[in-house]
Amino acid sequence: MILVENLHKSFGDAEILKGISTSFEKGKTNLIIGQSGSGKTVFLKCLLGLFPYEEGTISYDGKIFSNLSEGQKRDLRAEIGMVFQGSALFDSMTIAENVMFPLRMFTKMSKSEMEDRADFVLKRVNLPNAHHKMPSEASGGMQKRVAIARAIVNNPKYLFCDEPNSGLDPKTAIVIDNLIQEITDEYQIVTVINSHDMNSVMEIGEKIVFLRYGIKEWEGSNKTIFKTDNQAVTDFVYSSNLFKKVRQMYLEENE
Amino acid sequence: MRYLHNIGRYFLMIAEMFRKPTKWSVMRTLILKDIDDLIIGSLGIIAFISFFVGGVVTIQTALNIENPLIPRYLVGFATRQSVILEFAPTFTSIIMAGKVGSFITSSIGTMRVTEQIDALEVMGINSLNYLVFPKTIALMLYPFAIAIGMFLGILGGMAACVFGGYTSLEDYILGLQTDFDGFHVTYSFIKTYVFAFVLATIPSFYGFYMKGGALEVGKASTTAFVWTSVVIILLNYILTGMMLG
Ligand SMILES: Nc1ncnc2c1ncn2[C@@H]1O[C@H](COP(=O)(O)OP(=O)(O)OP(=O)(O)O)[C@@H](O)[C@H]1O
Ligand SMILES: [Mg+2]
Repeated sequence: MILVENLHKSFGDAEILKGISTSFEKGKTNLIIGQSGSGKTVFLKCLLGLFPYEEGTISYDGKIFSNLSEGQKRDLRAEIGMVFQGSALFDSMTIAENVMFPLRMFTKMSKSEMEDRADFVLKRVNLPNAHHKMPSEASGGMQKRVAIARAIVNNPKYLFCDEPNSGLDPKTAIVIDNLIQEITDEYQIVTVINSHDMNSVMEIGEKIVFLRYGIKEWEGSNKTIFKTDNQAVTDFVYSSNLFKKVRQMYLEENE
Repeated sequence: MRYLHNIGRYFLMIAEMFRKPTKWSVMRTLILKDIDDLIIGSLGIIAFISFFVGGVVTIQTALNIENPLIPRYLVGFATRQSVILEFAPTFTSIIMAGKVGSFITSSIGTMRVTEQIDALEVMGINSLNYLVFPKTIALMLYPFAIAIGMFLGILGGMAACVFGGYTSLEDYILGLQTDFDGFHVTYSFIKTYVFAFVLATIPSFYGFYMKGGALEVGKASTTAFVWTSVVIILLNYILTGMMLG
């Protein structure tokens, strides 16, 4: 479990996170939602220790991150998979090399074992034939899927995804969402996903944290989000007519 | 203040670079790739510059010796001294600050901008060791490139003599052998090693700690070139004073 208490983060005078507390359980897909610019990426990067923060504690299964030595931090990070918003693939390596990279760094697998494992995860993200392409030759959606494959290849204990399905077509987006949920459940990982895709919210939002103006405005799940009367949440989530109707139907059905 | 801050951060970077080394099997490939990019990839330009600069030094010296009392073999002597002492190690290094330096800054800077460095860090990899260390090791072969430069510089001078008819080949060779001091070569290679370290680390520093986007990558490369050259020139002055003065 990841526990966040009273997290404060500023850039200069701009206070981006104003005291966020929440927890992310293992085996569940935890979603962080909020408008563009609400601080989702900053929050995720604080969790990972990529941004220093002024106040607050973050603990991974009881270990307080800021108390760990550099070496312990690195050991912990070897168990983390991260999908960056911009994919962050290594552009000097082919797609297959990108996916095998964590294996090369952290396991003693032989070359053929690594290749088999890379084949396996690339198939799972629906990319069976792209091994020898360079990232620059892949489309944005393909890059995203490679980034996901790279994040899960070494069976992480914690998985962070910054908008894993932005830029994907609806069908692939659902495949990716389901894949993330599947492996979260299968390997009992702690998964935290940034998203503003309402489909994902409905599909895989087992826990939802709604950020607004630097505070946690609301917290719940895809079950309770239909029922909330929090105006900010409903304004954000049901800004499209389609979702307004979905909500109406859901509420009527469950009367 | 900012300069002091940067100098401090530079030395911290160097210290961090040696911590938590990357697996050897991975590091070996990185080093080989950097040798290919930074050293092998520069041999052509080093050879070209050295040969022609050597030739020009010879021609200039020959043209400026008008006094019949000065022996003609001095042309060879002057070429040897200037090529070995300054042109090959220092002049070439300034050019390399442009070529190798901007390559290093822009490739590391692009990795910073596109979050590839964050991706390394998140995996628990010491990104400074992963990125800067292999470049530093690869550039330890830089003195070999400079040795080739020295040889070609002197050869260029010889070619200029023979084909331009400035002095005879015998005079030139006699000049090359006159008052030869082996320590000059040692001095020159010590300098080159120091410059190699500067060439690897200062551009890396500007790439690694840059902020912003693609535009800033370009600016960082320019800044890196300026500071690498300034540091090379200053160190050249200091080392020359210490070793030959
Ligand atoms: N490195 C930085 N330096 C200064 N300000 C930053 C930095 N990174 C983010 N910010 C600011 O923090 C705020 C939150 O940004 P963040 O990237 O977390 O938004 P987000 O919720 O991820 O948005 P999106 O959905 O568009 O990705 C923004 O106002 C942004 O300008
Ligand atoms: Mg974001």
